Amino acid sequence: MKKFVRGTAIVGVLTLAVAACGSKPAESGPSGGSDNKAFKACMVSDSGGFDDKSFNQTSYKGLQDAVKAKGLTEVKAESKSDNDYPTNMTAMVAAKCNVIVAVGFKLEDATDKAANANAGIKFAIVDSAPAKPIANVKPLGFNTAQSSFQAGYLAAAMSKSGKVGTFGGVKIPPVTIFMDGFAEGVAYYNKQKSKNVTLLGWDEAKQDGLFTGDFEDKAKGQNNAQNLITQGADIIFPVAGPSGLGGLQAAKASNGKVNAIWVDTDGCESAAEYCSVLISSVKKGMDVAVQDAITSVVDNKFDNKQFIGTLENGGTALAPFHEFDSKVPAELKTELEQIKTDIIGGKITIESKVQPKAS
Amino acid sequence: MTTATAPPAEPQERSGLPSWAIQGLVSLSAIVLALVVGAILIIVGDDEVKKAAGYFGAAPLDTFSAAFSAVGEAYKALAVGAIGGVTPISESLTQATPLICGGLAVSLAFRTGLFNIGAQGQLIMGAILAGYVGFAWHLPPVLHLIVAIVAGLIGGALWGGVVGLLKARTGAHEVIVTIMLNYVAIYLLQWLLTTTTFQRPGRADPISPVVDANAQYPQFGDTRLHVGFLLALVAAVFVWWLLNKSTVGFELRAVGANADASKTAGMSVGRAYVIAMVVAGALAGLAGTQQVLGTDLPLTDGVAASVGFDAITVALLGRGTPLGTVLAGLLFGALNAGGLQMQLITQTPLTLTTVLQATIVLFVAAPALVRSVFRFLPKDRGSGTILAKGWNG
Repeated sequence: MKKFVRGTAIVGVLTLAVAACGSKPAESGPSGGSDNKAFKACMVSDSGGFDDKSFNQTSYKGLQDAVKAKGLTEVKAESKSDNDYPTNMTAMVAAKCNVIVAVGFKLEDATDKAANANAGIKFAIVDSAPAKPIANVKPLGFNTAQSSFQAGYLAAAMSKSGKVGTFGGVKIPPVTIFMDGFAEGVAYYNKQKSKNVTLLGWDEAKQDGLFTGDFEDKAKGQNNAQNLITQGADIIFPVAGPSGLGGLQAAKASNGKVNAIWVDTDGCESAAEYCSVLISSVKKGMDVAVQDAITSVVDNKFDNKQFIGTLENGGTALAPFHEFDSKVPAELKTELEQIKTDIIGGKITIESKVQPKAS
Repeated sequence: MTTATAPPAEPQERSGLPSWAIQGLVSLSAIVLALVVGAILIIVGDDEVKKAAGYFGAAPLDTFSAAFSAVGEAYKALAVGAIGGVTPISESLTQATPLICGGLAVSLAFRTGLFNIGAQGQLIMGAILAGYVGFAWHLPPVLHLIVAIVAGLIGGALWGGVVGLLKARTGAHEVIVTIMLNYVAIYLLQWLLTTTTFQRPGRADPISPVVDANAQYPQFGDTRLHVGFLLALVAAVFVWWLLNKSTVGFELRAVGANADASKTAGMSVGRAYVIAMVVAGALAGLAGTQQVLGTDLPLTDGVAASVGFDAITVALLGRGTPLGTVLAGLLFGALNAGGLQMQLITQTPLTLTTVLQATIVLFVAAPALVRSVFRFLPKDRGSGTILAKGWNG
């Protein structure tokens, strides 16, 4: 009997649910002010899954935020492989979704096909755009080169060895755009300060560099980072989703000699165990963009114009410095703010060819 | 009737049931056990159950009813998504198609005493060649499809044949070689997709053009099910004939049972290895053609998904026989198709189906474990041997 009571108590604590009161809650209606339960907001992930601590997860947060704010019904479908995209799209159409968000360029074909066949349903696709604009597809792009430019400048300024490194997951535009911006930020620092900080792992002119080959394998990320560290880099910029976490492991193992800058989300929130080595993060505001796209459909304000997240509209940004706040000199912080103003104002032009273009 | 009190002298008299029936029972029991494990996971992960457990003391029955309805709804959605109508059934068969061919590739090698971990690589090579012929060449209907399929078979057969040849000539262990060749194949594909020959014009990401309509497997009506499924069944019959009715197949099985004895009996062990791996590779290549010519999928770095690896579990569950492999492939296909539906309706994570598949195989590979739960199951000393063969071969 004692054991049973203890077991029950543990279950109660684990559930985090008002264990203290322990009384049955009264039947309650749907929470939240506005109620659009009939409106179905749907999302299909790519093969990374919704728990990738990166791209799919951030987009999914946007869906959840929209659902909460507007009182919608959420339907999500996770894809396990590339084979699942057409199936999941068809299933979403069959589920009578009002808006379907496709996460990632891998779903482009399936999205275009479903959109052309179902003019009544609105679609949004993250990080991609149909070859020819489709009336009911809104492309969501992000010019992360802008905030990566700041990150490159920051890294160059913070490096003691005069060498910084980056590596990517797979050589595709949504990845290389970070590396391009980072490279240009380092170059800008060198020009401004007449320094000679070298960037390892990416050559913007040749569009070639160091890649893990996937977004899943942490060991490869760790190898790549170790490789850069051996060559002298003391700041690592991994652009490889969960695989990049291996890079953070390598940085952490260096006991303070090597630090890193994270991408997509604020690393101190999404991968808090590595916060001590994270100078900052390049945030890609997929959550905000997805939420806005869904909300626009609810409010009947949908359009198929390309959305581009920039420093100006907050669609991309440099995250707070967290534990490095005291180590980043005030002067450098001012310079980073100035760079932001200059990029928005057009004084600094970013050359990267993979920046999303307005339609 | 022989019972446990009198140990049987002859293997055939182990129990009243024939060996295949016992193996079938073990497999069925494994599925039941896996569903129980899955049910526990569903209950633990369900929000309603957690909520009800929060006031367990006040209304304990709520927890149980919530648990029951969570499991019931999830499994109902799984079943409906797998076999509840024409579309779900066609979807299950579509998902099963490459798994059957891949499973046969692994089974055939098993029977020859080889552990073919390389179905993934062979499948990718098949997909590369079939895909290339499919989108780069433009031939008349029927002919185009046949040429593309043959290209896929050749791709897989070459990739498998290399393994057999290395094993026969140098004794290189096929497990190591196939694993490494998997990497070579996937990186080759990734590299090819960055070249202008393979990359779709106007796209910067690694994706090829869609294959010509002439080179695609004809589909049945509005479903995604295609003629490739029939080819998979033909392949299964072929493997059955090869193993059980042909002289070559007898040699393959003899080598698989005891390579040294076969050698003494005058058979060429090396020849058997090469033949087995060439045919196995071609079967995996066929699975590759089904991926790229069948399900409306361009060549991408994810074209193989995890089919080549799932094929190993399919072959294990099918116990290395063609019929067993077909049935196991159908089961896994149904679980895949039903899993997608289950997450849509009950928002149960898709990974649960992966857990189910893995648990089924775990129980099948450990018949003693299943027997300790289901006491009535008779002993069959023959089962399990095929599973452990590869590493010793």
